[in-house]
Amino acid sequence: MSDHQDQPGNGNGAVVSLDSPQFQVAARHPRRMEKTVALTFLLAVAAFAGFGAAFWQDASNFWLGTSLGLGMAFFGVGFVAWGKYLMPQGPFEEYRAPMAVSEKQREDLVSDFASRGKVAVERRGFLVMVMGAAGAVFAVVAAFPLIRSLGPLPKHTFYVTKWRKGSYVTTADGRRVHQDDIAVGGIATVFPEDDIGGAISQTVLIHLQASGDIVTMPGREKWGPAGYLAFSKVCTHAGCPVGLYEQLTEQLLCPCHQSLFVLRKGALPIFGPAPRPLPQLPLYVDTDGYLRAQSGYDEPVGPGFWERGGTT
Amino acid sequence: MIDQLFAWVDNRLAISRGGRHLLNKIFPDHWSFMIGEIALYSFIVLVATGVFLTLYFVPSQHDVIYHGVYTPLIGQHVSEAFESTVNLSFQVRTGLLMRQMHHWSANIFVGSIVVHMLRVFFTGAFRRPREINWLVGSTLLILAIFNGFLGYSLPDDLISGTGIRIAFSILESIPLVGSYLATLLFGGNFPGNGLIIPRFFIIHVLIIPLAIFALLGAHLGMLVRHKHTQFKGRGAREDNVVGTPMWPGFIAKTTGFLFLISGVTALLGAFVQINPIWLYGQYVPYKVSYAVQPDWYMGWLDGALRVMPSWELHLPGHMIPNAFFPAILLPGITFNVLMVWPWIEAKLTGDRAEHHLLDRPRDRPVRTAFGAATFAFYFVLFGASATDVLANYLSLSLNFVLAAFRVLCIVVPLITFPVTYKICKELQGAPGSGKRKRFNVVVRSPEGGYLAVPIAEYPGYVRPELEPVDVDNVELVPSAADHNGATEGVFEIPRDYR
Repeated sequence: MSDHQDQPGNGNGAVVSLDSPQFQVAARHPRRMEKTVALTFLLAVAAFAGFGAAFWQDASNFWLGTSLGLGMAFFGVGFVAWGKYLMPQGPFEEYRAPMAVSEKQREDLVSDFASRGKVAVERRGFLVMVMGAAGAVFAVVAAFPLIRSLGPLPKHTFYVTKWRKGSYVTTADGRRVHQDDIAVGGIATVFPEDDIGGAISQTVLIHLQASGDIVTMPGREKWGPAGYLAFSKVCTHAGCPVGLYEQLTEQLLCPCHQSLFVLRKGALPIFGPAPRPLPQLPLYVDTDGYLRAQSGYDEPVGPGFWERGGTT
Repeated sequence: MIDQLFAWVDNRLAISRGGRHLLNKIFPDHWSFMIGEIALYSFIVLVATGVFLTLYFVPSQHDVIYHGVYTPLIGQHVSEAFESTVNLSFQVRTGLLMRQMHHWSANIFVGSIVVHMLRVFFTGAFRRPREINWLVGSTLLILAIFNGFLGYSLPDDLISGTGIRIAFSILESIPLVGSYLATLLFGGNFPGNGLIIPRFFIIHVLIIPLAIFALLGAHLGMLVRHKHTQFKGRGAREDNVVGTPMWPGFIAKTTGFLFLISGVTALLGAFVQINPIWLYGQYVPYKVSYAVQPDWYMGWLDGALRVMPSWELHLPGHMIPNAFFPAILLPGITFNVLMVWPWIEAKLTGDRAEHHLLDRPRDRPVRTAFGAATFAFYFVLFGASATDVLANYLSLSLNFVLAAFRVLCIVVPLITFPVTYKICKELQGAPGSGKRKRFNVVVRSPEGGYLAVPIAEYPGYVRPELEPVDVDNVELVPSAADHNGATEGVFEIPRDYR
């Protein structure tokens, strides 16, 4: 920036009078305001010192936060008051040029770019092509480590759980569930023995009645032996564990988005956003009285995904 | 000494050349311009406290037995991420304060961005030439929401872990690529191979903050390039900016504001507990808690997931899952419409001119009504994320509350639009609207009656700042040439004022 405008008498505008109102401070009593600002800064000093002391004494979060917070707040108030009341109150004005650029300026830039670019690439068509090829191959290949290395492809992992034919129904602490273990009305989260705590295999086991097969729908005549039913615990909506059991109504409630599933109707969702019933795990009671799986789930558990197909 | 040092630096960096422009930059005095500053300064608090937290946080899902000072957890299996978060809260001096300040300022950060965005929207500050800055600002909002969610997820506690599970399901729901995206990000089907917390960590502390830094630079750079918008009045015109210069008035006020915001955040960290993960416990995939709400800025998404009817789109051999509609499609539409709004409005109004003077919301009743209705829609969704809590609190059935929200999220915006439009029109018509009301003073007459008298008419008492003030603008000194040689329209505030 040139210093021309600082030289008096260069013909560029008048010298502004410092007596004009905008150069006066906003405070009506500047001396009093100065004392107020000084006081807030002193309070800040005291509070910051308090923070130091609190830290030194290993004081509680309450004292650390209070001293630090008050210190910064006083410090801030001091600055704001200083700026607001003890500096020229303005308003001041600054000129603003329109952002739009003249055609001439733009044409100059564009023609520079084009003419020099022409020199650079004219009769270098082959070079441009080879450069483009290198860049394109690089872009494709760079995606391999950036994306493909991140993880395995989904393959069949969304379709299967660790439940197999004959899997023992096992609790989170590793005990096999006997048909006499759970009182009527009781509920347990169970897993196959080789996947205790598994996020995908997790299954909710409910003892609905003392005995007899519970038929949730045609074709599932033998799936609920001895009054037991088992359903995938992964919600078909957004994958939360369907963890709340309403004993009186025999319904399962997902605590995340409140989908409600009716157990005796094959965990049919009757309320909330869940679009599909929870898959049912077919159970049987073996000769020793232990609950076991007849097979794995007959459909993918959990929320939907593109490849899942159109069946309900 | 300082003079010499500055001269040394100046002769090597030529700061004086052009630097005066910056000292003279004018900041309008309207309070609504401070909302963006809140966002900027809470970001500074976030970076400062966040750096502290990285010194103690261990981003690992490795299973360990807790042996810290918090007795209820002793002996329990927790992940290193959870353990280190509890330890930095209880065993590192000021650790809990820094953690709570970090979490509070994250909430304030996103909140102030949203309010700032509303201010820009309702006053028309996004119009030409500021469309690009509107895009940058919208992107900053998206990044802030994402990073908030990631940071909230890092402690690996029961509530945030459930959030990660939902995030997996949402990714999974994207047509064509969903299952691939989800398994690639998590390193396999949920819960992955202990990779997600380390990955969220590096995205949270490096990748997104870098992007935010860059975009924030662009945001402020464009603000300097365009110069501020301003409301009409006080001598403000399209071709000027009226207010306080950067140095010294604005610097003093804004520095104070930085400390005030940090101070308030620290006081929140001292008084108001936030995210006490030791009460929630370690995330276990088959456990879940009741009354689980995310941080407020995810509330509208959670609410949308709840009010969405149980529909899925079944195609031959394929499906579009339920979660896609509220959690991918809705935000997609939201942010796309948000970003292209300046062009939508230019198309609708045919107004493609440069604007530096702001609209009063009432003067643009259609825009204001549209904005209010849209905001009402998201506000209802936000409320819907608390259906379970509300049902409990109000002793209503959950079914009723959910059904009510499904109706409200359609009805409330439909009512908000005409009501806002009408209010705008009424305000336009009211004489003297928008001017500050004078305070009334109650005086007793000699007869013993009481009268409410506007303060300006009260004998001997005048509050000058309530009176309209004619602005006597500073006579600016045209500059002979700036460093680019352009002379047209470059003015300076004279150097020699106190």
